[in-house]
Amino acid sequence: MSRNTQNKESLNVVGKPLRKVDSRAKCTGQTIFVDDLFLPGMLFAKILRSTRPHALIRKIDTSRAEALSGVRAILLGHELPITFGILPVSQDEHTLAIEKVRYVGEPVAVVAADEEAIAEEAIRLIEVELEELPPVMSIREALDPSTPEIQAYGDGHNIHKLVSLEFGNVEEALSRSDVLLEDLFFYQGNTHLPMEQHCAVALWDPDDRLTLWSSTQTPHYVHRALARVLEVPAARIRVIACPNGGGFGGKSDPFSHEIAVAKLSMKTGKPVKYTATREEVFYCHRGRHPVLMKSRLGMKKNGTITGLEFQTVLDGGAYGSYGVASTFYTGALQTTTYQIPRYRFQGARVFTNKPPCGPKRGHGTPQPRFGLEVQLDKAAEKLGMDPAELRLKNLVQPNSLTANWLQIRTCSLDQCIEKVVEASSWKQKFRRLPFGRGVGLACSCYLTGAGLPIYWNSMPHSGVQLKLDRSGGVTVFCGSTDIGQGSDSVLAYIVAEVLGIDPFHIRVVTADTDLTPVDLGSYSSRVTLMTGNAAIQAAERARELLDEIAAQELKVPKERLAAAGGKIFDCENPEKFVPFEKAVQLAESKFGTIGTVGSYKPAESPGKYKGAGVGPSPTYSYSAAVVQVQVYTDTGFINVEKIWIAHDVGRALNPLLAIGQIEGSVYMALGEALMEEQEFRHGLHKIPSMLDYKSPTSADMCEVETFLVEEPDAEGPYGAKECGQGPLLPVPPALVNAIYDAVGIRIDEVPVTPEKVLKALRWRADGKAPRYGPQMFPQVPYPEAKMILPPAEGGDGRVLAEPASRLQMRGE
Amino acid sequence: MLRLPAFQYKKPRSMREAARILAQEGPDAMVVAGGTDLWPKMKRRQMEPKTVIGLRHLSELRRFDGNSAKGWVLGAGLTLHELENHPVLASNYPAVAEAARSISSPPLKTMGTLGGNLCVDTRCNYYDQTYEWRKSISFCLKKEGDTCWVAPGSPRCWAASSTDLAPVMLALNARFLLVSGEGDRMISASELYQDDGIRYLTKADDEILKEVHLPAVNGDVMAFLKLRRRDSIDFPILNVAVWGRCACDRKTFEDLRIAIGAITSRPFVAEDASRLLVGKAMTPETIEQACEAAWKISRPLDNTDLDFSWRHKMVRVWVRRALELLVQRSALS
Repeated sequence: MSRNTQNKESLNVVGKPLRKVDSRAKCTGQTIFVDDLFLPGMLFAKILRSTRPHALIRKIDTSRAEALSGVRAILLGHELPITFGILPVSQDEHTLAIEKVRYVGEPVAVVAADEEAIAEEAIRLIEVELEELPPVMSIREALDPSTPEIQAYGDGHNIHKLVSLEFGNVEEALSRSDVLLEDLFFYQGNTHLPMEQHCAVALWDPDDRLTLWSSTQTPHYVHRALARVLEVPAARIRVIACPNGGGFGGKSDPFSHEIAVAKLSMKTGKPVKYTATREEVFYCHRGRHPVLMKSRLGMKKNGTITGLEFQTVLDGGAYGSYGVASTFYTGALQTTTYQIPRYRFQGARVFTNKPPCGPKRGHGTPQPRFGLEVQLDKAAEKLGMDPAELRLKNLVQPNSLTANWLQIRTCSLDQCIEKVVEASSWKQKFRRLPFGRGVGLACSCYLTGAGLPIYWNSMPHSGVQLKLDRSGGVTVFCGSTDIGQGSDSVLAYIVAEVLGIDPFHIRVVTADTDLTPVDLGSYSSRVTLMTGNAAIQAAERARELLDEIAAQELKVPKERLAAAGGKIFDCENPEKFVPFEKAVQLAESKFGTIGTVGSYKPAESPGKYKGAGVGPSPTYSYSAAVVQVQVYTDTGFINVEKIWIAHDVGRALNPLLAIGQIEGSVYMALGEALMEEQEFRHGLHKIPSMLDYKSPTSADMCEVETFLVEEPDAEGPYGAKECGQGPLLPVPPALVNAIYDAVGIRIDEVPVTPEKVLKALRWRADGKAPRYGPQMFPQVPYPEAKMILPPAEGGDGRVLAEPASRLQMRGE
Repeated sequence: MLRLPAFQYKKPRSMREAARILAQEGPDAMVVAGGTDLWPKMKRRQMEPKTVIGLRHLSELRRFDGNSAKGWVLGAGLTLHELENHPVLASNYPAVAEAARSISSPPLKTMGTLGGNLCVDTRCNYYDQTYEWRKSISFCLKKEGDTCWVAPGSPRCWAASSTDLAPVMLALNARFLLVSGEGDRMISASELYQDDGIRYLTKADDEILKEVHLPAVNGDVMAFLKLRRRDSIDFPILNVAVWGRCACDRKTFEDLRIAIGAITSRPFVAEDASRLLVGKAMTPETIEQACEAAWKISRPLDNTDLDFSWRHKMVRVWVRRALELLVQRSALS
């Protein structure tokens, strides 16, 4: 793709700090979100949710609710017996609980009524008789064989998934190390907090067709779930993702309420709307998994890494969601920043009686990244090395394969580190600031799109259609969903760049399964790369037609033509041109109606072992951050003074949007690092409100200085890589590394609350180990690891016939 | 979304009429000025008044007059935004302006009022929840239930006072004018509050707080500090107001009061701690003794943000910081 490495100076739209195509409506409150839709005769739905964390449903009596005037339909679980779930391997959710409830907030019944207030009154009239079971509220309780089982499937007692992979003989590598570090870490769970609550409107029309408008990041997967559960042919279902008021991963699953409003519309023949309250958003959840980690890292005296063993246990909540993928992700990307020649990963996800966890910005990778980057900080101190130098020494090489068979393309992490080290005056500050103030550094890496779709198929991951007509108008059709990240704008910029027209002339039609070709959704930082490449292909095919006609018209060879400023012109004689509108008219006269298509599918990944599907990506983004803190030793409060962050974005299609994504990631990371906690008490979420669940507001944000590192990657459209998730990852570890630099205490878990800091300071003053963090790692029945030889040891990406233990016995 | 329950809204022409309606309607009626606390609480069914009496439009509640010799009278209907920016408060009663500034967020300060904050409901994270959430724990003592989940063996409710202005009024020894159908009465600020999470105010149901009378200050010094996770918006989880009057020799305070709020159901004056400093040199040692005394009588519980044993430790720190600020602002030599 020559356009992907095109130099910056020759670009007219790409790389410019343009506004978003939808920004004025957003800024003036005129964007139509789902909750703004009002259809004639519309009913309003309310969901009755479980009040107990774990119980058998004995009886549901709806008679009093049915008798209430204005109630139009009541839906119970048995009416929708087919299960669903985002992953084909975890189809474990019912629209409404049937025999058992598994968390407080789980949907049990839905009422549709003329008014929302009536529906609310009606759900309070439904009587549910529950037989309580002991709730399982922690990893420890889940693994305890005496607790009741939450789900009837999985890899063991309350264990959803076990993973055990080994890339080369790790014990042997660790035994060759000069320094061996063993640490436990804990990363608390947290939630997405999108400003817009989940909302859906369904309409079953008189011709037996269903339309669902929803605040979803993945209309395609919702489409599939609706067809499955409602037993309606997919061809009769249309899903429209309205503009999302934030997603962050929290709207990536098909949800009960989406299916429920559809079924209620089928039952009543009327449109039905459901809007979650803020509290209900906490129950929809699918947020960051709490993860307990054990890490053993071996190093040589000179700072090179010999091997890494990494074990995780994820507290998954009551259902599968993306959990199998999340489990793999707590191990998959540990190898993509530094050269780790041998690597063993064992992961487990347990079920607990809490709202299901799933993907949140960084999906499964901020937790292990936290562990690795804090451990490297400890290693640097042990070895007497500067943490920045230690990282630079171990960097992965561009165009290399990792031990777990991931294909690295471009990597400018070295430049990222150098940028933040220089800008923060790291060398003058590290271990040199007065007691109470400190700096910390950490790096990270993230996917630019998952290499595989969620369900097995060999079709494109993203498709784009272009329509050009005699008005000179261009419409881009794509299934992608703008969740605020700017994907609609990216489509317009790219098509405008190729066709040489004003991006604000282009109409972008997205996220409508009737009108737009499939795009898998806004997750895994895939959209810019995948839709961008598909858009380039579609636009280039349109250019072909226009160039052919313009060449004829101008009587110059096609190769000499360029498009810019609304003209197709002769490069050697720019006064010779055809206006874009006229070129389309001529093309339409010659070829008939003009429409082109483009699509994108990632290349196959070299790993062939079971589990190799999670981790591959067309290319990876990199970030480095320095955090400077002040630690108040009398209160334990942390004041983050400034953050410097550099991000290897390949190329910023719009630097304003890229910096916005990076700063947003930093903000979210600070919330996770300092405040946010999914806490439960008496089986309930302790604080399901935006006042009491603490997350920093804009007024609490520190200064952030962002650097874009641009080295175009041939895999990305115009060289672009992701920037919406990766920049979150280095911030929490850099923050706790800074706390260590400031006051000499290790906080091996997040969030870092003031009482933890004070405790560790107290221990330090008393001469005890100045560390706050988990004390033990549970016994997890990980299976014996499957052995896959790393590329450097002559492997072929497949599992060896011999199990790892036998190899180890022979010392291979 | 959460919706308001049905209720009747009354708009009285005067405070007298408001008090009369309140008396007629009995405990099913409530008054509203800014509504920043009442409306969300009604949506969560923490409060279900049948009648809501609007006070916001009454000019009687917007008094702001006085002078430095007599002190000042502040109408309960002044908004927090008006208080935080008023030049008289900024120069003579900085702790009042500081406390007002610290409350909630800018949009809410343009609605919230002085009276509303002084009478604001006590808070507890077993109580400040939706109807459905509270139903899941069979409700709590403060509303519809019979257990205080913070202290299940206790016969009383332990919800925490959450007003920021009350400790300032206690430290200043301000007086409050209450009106009812029966007539007016003036009480001292500390008399308004009592240590019960449900009946946290001593005023009768049909009494309305109309005015705050600030005593003359004549060079007195004061300070207010607030502890919370986010300085941008949160309710207090501890607040401290201090007031001192310098002795003629300018070496000590001849009178001093430390008031503490947001710990238990009642904001209170730390009498022993205050007394320890009267007539004493303000040294790190004497300040530490006062902090110790304040710490001893403070008993935070696990009903709000952050760890409660940590919050207890913070009483020392916040009292110390407030006293240090007081010394800094005074002309003590």
